[in-house]
Amino acid sequence: MTATPLPAVRAPIDWKLQAERFALLAAWAALIGLFAVLIPGTFLTWRTFSSILGSQAVLVVLALGLLLPLTAGDFDLSAASVLVFSAMFVAVSNVTWGWPIGLSLLGALATGAIVGALNAWFILFFRIHSLIVTLGLGTFLNGMTLWLSGSQTISGISMTLVDAVVITRILGIPAAFWYGLALCLVLWYALEWSMAGRRLLFVGRGREVARLNGISVDRTRAAALILSGALSALAGVLYAGMTGSADPVSGQGLLLPAFAAAFLGATAIYPGRFNPLGTLLSVYFLITGITGLSMLGAAAHVQSLFYGGALVVAVALSQLVRKRQPQNFG
Amino acid sequence: MTLVDLAAPDRLPGSGKHPAEVLRMENVRMRFGPVEVLKGVSLGLRRKEILGLLGANGSGKSTLIKVLAGFNSPEPESRVRLWGDDLPLPLDAALIRRKGVAFVHQHLGLIPSLRVIDNMILSNDRLHPLGIAWGREARRLRGLFAEFGLAIDPLAPVESLAPVQRAFVAIVRAFDDLRRSEAGRAGEGVLVLDEPTPFLSGEDVEKLFALLRGIRATGASVIIVTHDIDEVLAITDRVAVMRDGRLAAMMTTAETTRQEILDAIVGRAVETFRRPSRPAPTGVAARLAGIAGGQLDPFDLTLAPGEVVGVTGLIGSGFADVPYLAFGAAPGTGRVEIGGQALDVARLTPARAVAAGMGLIPGDRLHQSCIVALSVTDNATMLALPRLRRGPALDRAAMTRATEALVAAHDVRPPRPGHLLGALSGGNQQKVVLGKWLAEEPRLLLLDEPTQGVDFGARQQIFAAIDAAAARGTAVLCASTDAEQLSQICDRVIVFAKGRPVAELTGAQVEKSVIARTCFLGVPPAPAPSPSLQEGLA
Repeated sequence: MTATPLPAVRAPIDWKLQAERFALLAAWAALIGLFAVLIPGTFLTWRTFSSILGSQAVLVVLALGLLLPLTAGDFDLSAASVLVFSAMFVAVSNVTWGWPIGLSLLGALATGAIVGALNAWFILFFRIHSLIVTLGLGTFLNGMTLWLSGSQTISGISMTLVDAVVITRILGIPAAFWYGLALCLVLWYALEWSMAGRRLLFVGRGREVARLNGISVDRTRAAALILSGALSALAGVLYAGMTGSADPVSGQGLLLPAFAAAFLGATAIYPGRFNPLGTLLSVYFLITGITGLSMLGAAAHVQSLFYGGALVVAVALSQLVRKRQPQNFG
Repeated sequence: MTLVDLAAPDRLPGSGKHPAEVLRMENVRMRFGPVEVLKGVSLGLRRKEILGLLGANGSGKSTLIKVLAGFNSPEPESRVRLWGDDLPLPLDAALIRRKGVAFVHQHLGLIPSLRVIDNMILSNDRLHPLGIAWGREARRLRGLFAEFGLAIDPLAPVESLAPVQRAFVAIVRAFDDLRRSEAGRAGEGVLVLDEPTPFLSGEDVEKLFALLRGIRATGASVIIVTHDIDEVLAITDRVAVMRDGRLAAMMTTAETTRQEILDAIVGRAVETFRRPSRPAPTGVAARLAGIAGGQLDPFDLTLAPGEVVGVTGLIGSGFADVPYLAFGAAPGTGRVEIGGQALDVARLTPARAVAAGMGLIPGDRLHQSCIVALSVTDNATMLALPRLRRGPALDRAAMTRATEALVAAHDVRPPRPGHLLGALSGGNQQKVVLGKWLAEEPRLLLLDEPTQGVDFGARQQIFAAIDAAAARGTAVLCASTDAEQLSQICDRVIVFAKGRPVAELTGAQVEKSVIARTCFLGVPPAPAPSPSLQEGLA
């Protein structure tokens, strides 16, 4: 009765998929080429590139943190608030309370993890949508930041931190870049090559399927949110270390660019999936564009124009390649 | 009956330029890239007829329906004629609806959290754009439901309706669309149903058929796409069978038999799976002690290693809760004893159930058992990942090899581990899911409607795989309303009514018509039919 089984076939290389995977990389190269021609002499220098690479580690770490709950199907809108609070916590505890910098740093990371755990508790115990919980807790945390700082910028953070973040350079690039790169590689490994990463993907794509296959869905989602909180706090520590100071507001503006980078990154390297390599690439694609434009003399508002425009155009193009199939990120 | 040769289509009953034909599809060809899915299909639909469209998964019947619905654009030489007019290709979905063709797709297209009335007016373009007279509309809908003898409250939320009532709402909505169309004013219309019955029990299917007969009586024509040959025999006037992208046969239902339809579907004689006989299973593989929850009252059952036990009954009789409760997937109480462990159902989670050697294949494939947006490999290795590692890292090559082995062992087509699971037909998806669980060699495998929406050939392969697992010592518990399926795989069948087991069928009683009648009567019909009678009933 059973027909002769066909032997399993490995698909030949799908060139269209390969083109989609590396399109953003090619676009980045084209952008660099374009600015190299338009701004001869100054753009294509090591100094420009070390500044492009070194200045955006905060955004890289923040966006990487967001990937984990996004992969598990949750949004963490409190990430930028955690970042600002954690930077302020480092500043206040180190400068005002006189804590040693190491302790301030640990305190900041712990705070981030606790906020993540609170997010997880409200989302999972009360079954509230993650958008609502993280929006609420994020706003609450913004108030805490202002309270803690008395709405002041606090400067004078220990030079040890500043040293470790920007003054130390490897190959002429500030250490912060290498931290971001290392984190990216660790997350890439974890998402692509570990059991935990697979579980995260299954939970994000099919919660009920994952549950019925014996995966602890709640534990997985909670872990993603806690890690996202801790990584946002780490981004805050780097933020404080960049300038040796913390102000209670300006970091809030990083939330949308971080989401933009995560979504843009989901069109590259592993198209259709949030992935660390794509995210890293998209952050530097966006920053290269902004740096080039400002070197050409563009005004400050061009930054938002480029972030938003590039995101929508890139995602639209990748949808054209996929024949406008409905998206299913995760 | 006539198995008709397509080279001479004019000799087909009803395939000539019959004046009573309302819809005619002529030489419809459709390709997806290099693959020709429809290879010149010609098909006519007469006024006031119910036409069954059958075929195995991948035979092209869904594609044909999608061409008609305007989702797929066929090759230019294809022609579609409606009420005698040639329609421009590709068909315009809005135009064809205006002209009086309405569709009910498999998942019904209802929004569960909204009321019936909200769902009914979704496609109604005759309502005043600035204000909806809710009261008047509700009265009109009540009247419309009453016309077909249905007592459905237009103000009730769809999620509060039974599955069969939801199907009614979707069908009456489509009928309402027909009436508003140009053809509907002349009392005509074409209603296309794409597999509306897989979620319904036997008695509900009967109610649904009564509704379809009522619709036919108004002058409309119906095309019903289905897998179920018995349904086709019960409701249709003619049967069109698709195979490999061609119309394999067009038959008049009254003049044909089950076997002839079956032969046309598969194109070669497919043997029905028959269990090889084995010594009666002994020993204890698992014991369910007083498990209760949902619609199920406390229920006890002992399964021997290698034993296949069916649980069945009418919808709502509680049997369908058994696999989910035993697996910790639904809240309940009681105890499951397996592999020397006693698990408390109240605190049982699927993770613990898997660890104790249980497996569950849920009935809702799309939402509960596989992730169609991930590859075959990702789905097939979901459970086996801990074994597919080199050090701490996943071994991708081993994952692909394991999937290739599964694909070959269960004859999954196409045999491509890298394809998205969603690209496979329902039967092949189910083979992947089954293969995934069988690779774990569970002590107890729990099944809920394991061959729902699966074509005949794949169904026999799935039965064979379940039986082979039982032969290796896995105890199997299968919840199903499909009496034929239960008769093919089970050692014994327990029939439920109102949350309790009311009959246990063993030996020769494990037979299709006995099971079906016991479900309705609550007791086994006596005396048990002799084996020779069984042949005749099958």
